[in-house]
Amino acid sequence: MPTPNEFEISRRNLLVGTVTSVAIGASHGANAQNAASRSHAPAQGMPATAKVSFSVNGEVRALELDTRTTLLDALREHLHLTGTKKGCDHGQCGACTVIVGGQRVNSCLTLAVMHEGDSVTTIEGLGTPEHMHPMQTAFVTHDGFQCGYCTPGQICSAVAVLDEIKAGIPSHVTGDLTIAPQLTNAELRERMSGNICRCGAYSNIAEAITEVAGRPA
Amino acid sequence: MKSFTYEKANSPAAAAAAAAGSSNARFIAGGTNLLDLMKLEIETPSHLIDVNGLAFDKIEPTQEGGLRIGALVRNTALAADERIRRDYGLLSRALLSGASGQLRNKATTAGNLLQRTRCPYFYDTNQPCNKRTPGSGCAAIGGVTRQHAVLGSSESCIATHPSDMAIAMRALDATVETVRPDGTTRAIPIADLHRLPGETPHIETTLSAGELITSVTLPKPVGGTHIYRKVRDRASYAFALVSVGAIVQRDGTGRVAVGGVAHKPWRVEAAEAEMPRGAKAVATRLLDGARPTRDNSFKLALVERTLAAVLSEAKG
Repeated sequence: MPTPNEFEISRRNLLVGTVTSVAIGASHGANAQNAASRSHAPAQGMPATAKVSFSVNGEVRALELDTRTTLLDALREHLHLTGTKKGCDHGQCGACTVIVGGQRVNSCLTLAVMHEGDSVTTIEGLGTPEHMHPMQTAFVTHDGFQCGYCTPGQICSAVAVLDEIKAGIPSHVTGDLTIAPQLTNAELRERMSGNICRCGAYSNIAEAITEVAGRPA
Repeated sequence: MKSFTYEKANSPAAAAAAAAGSSNARFIAGGTNLLDLMKLEIETPSHLIDVNGLAFDKIEPTQEGGLRIGALVRNTALAADERIRRDYGLLSRALLSGASGQLRNKATTAGNLLQRTRCPYFYDTNQPCNKRTPGSGCAAIGGVTRQHAVLGSSESCIATHPSDMAIAMRALDATVETVRPDGTTRAIPIADLHRLPGETPHIETTLSAGELITSVTLPKPVGGTHIYRKVRDRASYAFALVSVGAIVQRDGTGRVAVGGVAHKPWRVEAAEAEMPRGAKAVATRLLDGARPTRDNSFKLALVERTLAAVLSEAKG
């Protein structure tokens, strides 16, 4: 059990952490230029914080964050972009997949402060309910989900997978490494293995991706 | 996660010096293993040195006809590199069989080598683990050990190194280049990078405090048929139960390194000499001194059968 004194300290830290991690907003452009390459030395018992600025869905966002904040938590808790989901928080399920600099990553396994100047695309940046991305439309058409929790990660991953095949990046199931990989069902399934769907909508997800890729399954 | 201060490194030597100057600092590049462990408070650095800004992101030819792979080259980029695919197919294959697309986009060459050698008991902070808390005991020994080591283990630890890439690097005779806090550099043969657990399983490599990997070099290509065969409990995104990385020449000679069986990539030159005589002969030498548990004695047969499949595939 913590002593009352320890409890007081941890409660104060919690409050301080909440205040210092408020989003500063895009209008404070100067903060972006001053973004520190080093965190502020924390006062005794206080969490270290650092400034960071990156673009999210085309909009520059400047934040001052507890250094522990993952990119996932920065997006969800600080920028209130809750389309990106927290599943396992350990890189095993893929629900948190976003696209950084054109490449899909697990946003739960990377620190926000490491993304100075980066360009992040989340599910909100791919499309809107009125103007859906073709991959979003295809997931609806093919029933590529049941509960929908893994879906934003699946869609971000799927969009990036098609880019990876287009760029000629091979996979574990690519037969001949010296030629460009083909757009087969086996290739899509292997490349999507970092996105788990506990409802088991995999076959419909594969059909949705295949439709967007323009090839029959 | 414990609170930590953070800085971006400007030069390799400065990064190494910063690491040596702090009692509990860690380098961070891809971060996919380190952050995972920090969330569980298995790793508790008080200072992180972000090395992503250093210029180690290229793959360049060496004077000896090989390739120098920058420490920060991502696993995806390395596996997709035309020269790697053409001349070091084993490395490409091994990389592509590991982790997920998302993780390979972040994970770096050096980080892949330096990911923790681990087992489920290392992750379970309710269990004793000599690697996590030296001297606390090993819950894996006598526990559920299907995934664990059959070679090179000790009374202190039976964990395996999970890297597929490292198996290929071992078979390819890669060399790890580093810089130390005083600015001096050195080249470490990959065989000497990882340590067996002995009585100090928490010390996993021969790197000194603050020493930073700058690149990994490959000797000139050796030709042959390159095969990486990984046997696991699901078809993708799982650690190996057993993996075999091999380069087989037309006359049946070659090289072989095995994963999923030890605290480090396992390669026995005397076993390789048996390659023309077939899988059983190789396996007998390779598995000499094996100490499997009741749960994982199947790995001995699995190594031989995977070798047989690889040698058969090489014949075409």
